[in-house]
Amino acid sequence: MAEEVVSAEALMLLGDEAVALGALHAGITAGYAYPGTPATEILEALKRHGGKRASWCANEKTAYEAALGVSMAGKRALVSMKHVGLNVAADPFVNSAVVAPIGGLVLAVADDPGMHSSQNEQDSRFYADFARVPCLEPANPQEAYDMTHEAFEISERFRVPVVVRLVTRLAHQRSGVTPQHPRDENQLAEHRDRADWVLLPSFARLRWQKRIAQEKQISGWAEMSPHNELRLNEKFRDMGVITAGIARSYFLEVSRELGLTPSHLHIGAYPAPATLIRELADHVGEILVIEEGYPFIERQLRGILPPFTAIHGRQSGHIPGSGELNQQIVWKAFGLEPPYGKQPVPIELPNRPPRLCDGCPHIDAYNALNAALVGYASPVVTSDIGCYTLGVLPPYNSGDSCVCMGASIGMAKGAADAGAGPIVAVIGDSTFLHSGVTPLMDAVADNTDMTVLILDNDVVAMTGTQPTVLPPKRIPEIVRGLGLDPDHCHLFESHPRRVDELTHLLRREIAYRGLSVVIVHRECVEALKRDKQARRES
Amino acid sequence: MKYDIIIAGVGGQGVLSIGTIISASALRAGLRAVQSEVHGMSQRGGAVTAHLRLADREIHSPTIAPGQADLILGLEPLESLRYIDHLSPAGTLITASEPVKNIPDYPDIEEVLWEVLRQPRGYLIDATKIALESGSAKAANVVMVGAATDFLPIEAETIRGAIAEGFHVKGDRVVQTNLMAYEAGRSALQHREVVDEFETFAFV
Repeated sequence: MAEEVVSAEALMLLGDEAVALGALHAGITAGYAYPGTPATEILEALKRHGGKRASWCANEKTAYEAALGVSMAGKRALVSMKHVGLNVAADPFVNSAVVAPIGGLVLAVADDPGMHSSQNEQDSRFYADFARVPCLEPANPQEAYDMTHEAFEISERFRVPVVVRLVTRLAHQRSGVTPQHPRDENQLAEHRDRADWVLLPSFARLRWQKRIAQEKQISGWAEMSPHNELRLNEKFRDMGVITAGIARSYFLEVSRELGLTPSHLHIGAYPAPATLIRELADHVGEILVIEEGYPFIERQLRGILPPFTAIHGRQSGHIPGSGELNQQIVWKAFGLEPPYGKQPVPIELPNRPPRLCDGCPHIDAYNALNAALVGYASPVVTSDIGCYTLGVLPPYNSGDSCVCMGASIGMAKGAADAGAGPIVAVIGDSTFLHSGVTPLMDAVADNTDMTVLILDNDVVAMTGTQPTVLPPKRIPEIVRGLGLDPDHCHLFESHPRRVDELTHLLRREIAYRGLSVVIVHRECVEALKRDKQARRES
Repeated sequence: MKYDIIIAGVGGQGVLSIGTIISASALRAGLRAVQSEVHGMSQRGGAVTAHLRLADREIHSPTIAPGQADLILGLEPLESLRYIDHLSPAGTLITASEPVKNIPDYPDIEEVLWEVLRQPRGYLIDATKIALESGSAKAANVVMVGAATDFLPIEAETIRGAIAEGFHVKGDRVVQTNLMAYEAGRSALQHREVVDEFETFAFV
């Protein structure tokens, strides 16, 4: 699969690209993903370098299951997603820890502390711990490359899926990466044991016992891993520092400026190395834990160390409980006042939030929807994840909720069941295919009194105009196939001159006392621009 | 030696391309480079920044702390002022002068430009006009790389090489346009320096 020429020179790679190249050079046969910031560029890089065996999938669950199938066939697979995607893929992920992978199975998951492009800042290390699988946490693109490569070895050695946890500032950090020699793909597995793959309770119990029995070995691996490095400073016994993943970067930057070298344990491989942690604790009076995300290690320390040990971190309040780390936070955690820059200028600098592009088809859809709802006292508009979420902002101010992929339709049904109305669910084409079909099934089953407005722009726009999993214009067939009354399923070709017509159609369907679906179609302007550019360059 | 740059602009202006050109130049000059980028939602016409750190030693943090930036390179004047708390007291601020008014409450542009010029080592560059004169409005970001050159720890010849290589796939004409835009940006800053001092003096 790997066609990348390996040079001795370092390549400038994004953390995401480094993961992709690490996987390619580890000999993967396939990569699967659903787009989501900050993980999108992993599969994009796989497609660039690895060709057609890198696939966008309907959602993270289907992506994970495909990767699991590759592993069962004996070959290596990478599956990548953003943190909230792992909620969708949680079922196959957690259960894949019970089976016995044959080909290396690696999940690269990118968290978004600070919520640059997400609805929460959940920490995927908890998922790895919950499924009881090893997790590697790189600190820079070089480590992202090396650890992804190594994750496949670990996966095959212990026959367990392995998580590579990234965060935004690593996924979207570009720096030098020196690659290794590419390895060949695995051969197809000649045989596999049904007892390893069929999770009937009688088999699953045995598998789970084996997995638990294996934990000692896996902990032993983590204790010995070079990614977990303890440096004791004999002359400095007041406090010690534990860093994890990218948090080390901020700590090293500040400690260099301060000339401060406390005893330091860096953790890059989980399960957290209890022996090294105790060794550090024996040496110092107080421990400061600097980690990106939730207080994962800090909480675990409470189970490892005696209760009188002072542990400072996100849980204790010495580091803010939410948001991204930075150098200033580390200064303050050491009890020091960080340096400050220039004073802000005396004029008001208004924020510049993201917005719908000029010429965006969603603009016409929102104008029509707002006009169609005029006169109703308390309409409910449930929205969803994508560019069209921006319709919640001025000047459209349309949308009362946006929670997770597909929730617009499920929540609309609930609101209708509760007696609210009129109700419109607004969802994009890719989000609909990802998680909107199943809740629509529920609404069809009940002929719920609501209108679903599917904004079909042919692409996954927000993450960079990736193709939707099915070719354009398939959605009407899918909706009718669910059994919706064809008189209330409309495909409307959108145009700025047809806003009144769309308003009229929406008014009629909103007034209808039953389920209706209006699919508004027009290609994304960014995608048009991209196609035009591609034509010019060819 | 370290040199920290914050590149600021609006989604679609080419903030990341500036970072790519400067970091490729830094590698050619034997320096290390770490760039922290913003992708995804923020790029839809919103404020976009990239942190680019250059050094001849190991670089740890991917982001630049407040007060640490040596240069703010702006593609839009308001955006360049937004991060002024990140600029070191000895730092330089160079920004394109043309505003992107895609927000309803954009402040009076004269006031914004004055705030830039009021900064010690604050420079305004009419990047759009210079880019057009060089053959393409799209080269405005390369004009800004030119304007920044005399402050960067990299030789102009090295940057020219990186530009030529970076645009190579787009053909000779695009390479030539961008090299012209680069030179024009560089000379605009060199020329501008004197005028700024005069203007600042005159206003005071």
